[in-house]
Amino acid sequence: MGSYFDGSQSGPYFDGSQSGPLAGDPRMSGRVPGAAGGPSFMGLQTSSFTDFLASHSPGLLPGRVVPSVPAEPDPRAPGSGFQAVRDLPHATTIVAAVCHGGVVLAGDRRATAGNMIAKRDVEKVFRSDEFSGMGYAGTGSVGIEFVRLFQVELEHYEKMEGRSLSLEGKANRLAWMVRGNLAAAMQGLVVVPLFVGYDEDTDLGRIFSYDVAGGPYEEQRFYSIGSGSLFARGALKKLYVDDMPVGDAALACVQALYDAADDDSATGGPDLPRRIFPVIASITADGFRKLSDAEGAQIAEQVVQERLTRPDGPAAALRNS
Amino acid sequence: MRDKADYARKGIARGRSCVALQYAGGILLVAPNPSSALHKISEIYDRIGFAAVGRYNEYENLRKAGVTYADITGYQFDRHDVTARGIANWYAQTLGTIFTESPKPFEVEIVVAEVGARPADDQIYRITFDGSVTDEPGFVAFGGQADQVSAALKERYSDDMSLSEAFAAALDALSAPGNGERPEFTAAQLEVAVLDRARDHRTFRRIRAARLDEMLAEVRPAPAEPPVGSSDSSGTAPSGTAPDTPGPSSPSGPSSPSSPSGSEPPTGPAPGGSDRGTGLDGGSPSSPL
Repeated sequence: MGSYFDGSQSGPYFDGSQSGPLAGDPRMSGRVPGAAGGPSFMGLQTSSFTDFLASHSPGLLPGRVVPSVPAEPDPRAPGSGFQAVRDLPHATTIVAAVCHGGVVLAGDRRATAGNMIAKRDVEKVFRSDEFSGMGYAGTGSVGIEFVRLFQVELEHYEKMEGRSLSLEGKANRLAWMVRGNLAAAMQGLVVVPLFVGYDEDTDLGRIFSYDVAGGPYEEQRFYSIGSGSLFARGALKKLYVDDMPVGDAALACVQALYDAADDDSATGGPDLPRRIFPVIASITADGFRKLSDAEGAQIAEQVVQERLTRPDGPAAALRNS
Repeated sequence: MRDKADYARKGIARGRSCVALQYAGGILLVAPNPSSALHKISEIYDRIGFAAVGRYNEYENLRKAGVTYADITGYQFDRHDVTARGIANWYAQTLGTIFTESPKPFEVEIVVAEVGARPADDQIYRITFDGSVTDEPGFVAFGGQADQVSAALKERYSDDMSLSEAFAAALDALSAPGNGERPEFTAAQLEVAVLDRARDHRTFRRIRAARLDEMLAEVRPAPAEPPVGSSDSSGTAPSGTAPDTPGPSSPSGPSSPSSPSGSEPPTGPAPGGSDRGTGLDGGSPSSPL
């Protein structure tokens, strides 16, 4: 056993006297923990999973160093250069709307890679914990990592500390993760989340947006991100009503996504033949609830049906009544 | 080495026992614990729970390390790839090394339990201060007067019990004589949790406050002090020592209405006796839980 514990390692494996998140040996990053000589989990001083990864296994973070990519593609290697990154599947429009007693989050299902539809049934709306959720726009694979890491981050904190983070705390942690991804974003691996949650203290839904360098920015009433977000926001401007019931907010979100798909090729509308509809979730005092396939289908079919009569969607009143 | 082992064993025996047992709906974990903020029983992962006895700061450290190990494994691979066996092995390595390398062994004993889709898939592992792991099918009692509690538990345990029955069995076992405490537990003196097979995703659930009061009320009519089935404090206590209701505790009649909180001598430990939490209620801060 002697060779594992000589001076060249970062210290005795299980020495509880090591302090702080930087107690691990960076040479050990990525190794499966538990092997003799692997990362020490003892004497931890951080309850943040992301901080822990940053010190012990930075290779697992989404924002890890990307080998520098030449701007011009190599003609002998068609998939190289920035083009390779540009051709990664990108996920698009997400909408969120505060409603009575909570907030609704909805996303379309399309991922595009250049001019191709890379996937037609992407899930972009995720539960982060019991009272919060997130959607993302940007590179699909990096976005999925973000979602997973954020879920673990929140759960890890809760298990370590015995309480959940506050909603602001969660929004701040997500901002930190987005900032950590900035280097990769500048190389083309952009992910921008939209974070929503139910605030138990005030019984209100809240929305937080981000830019590539972090945030968070709290948004009022409704918001949208992604390539179709401008169209979606325009639609919601006319459809949104304060304190609308959850069902109405879901319907408004689907109308907004339909309008986004109508004008943005990278956003997908409801696919009736394949029964692929926007993913809708509500977060209220009862927690995060993703609408079932049947419920989602019902809302989407209602929208499609009405558009047969009026393709631009419900007309907003011209004057306040 | 043997000195270290004796030292650790003594430390663990000074505290209170804790029990883990299977029931039809999952795994029940019960520990006497006067503190509502400092836990002996915790969640490690979706289907995996943790319980410990001994020195609080030592097992709390281990708990956090175990949670980190589980989260990093689940993140690197997938949530389904985190198993109690893996965690138990990790604890065994950790404790084994501490026992050998460190001047002072950890005075802790740990149980890692995992609930499966069916009772046959449930697992309970016990890891001792020196890194020995044992597989404990069905039930386990550890810490304090573990032998006596274990014997009592063995009498009362059966497969496929309901949660109530399992809880009653756990309380009876913990009240077995020689554990040094008054037999009646109140909700404030217990820490109870289950790994509930039927729950999605995270199965760990603490049972406290109103729900715990309810459960205690359910098991009271089968009185906690005399063993189930015997109606008074006769010498038939299966633990084999003196009758377990000395004097002034609730009447030994079978339907003694309970709420013992005001009516009997406080169940706080005698000086130098067992459980004092972590010194919050005035006991020695170094007493193991």
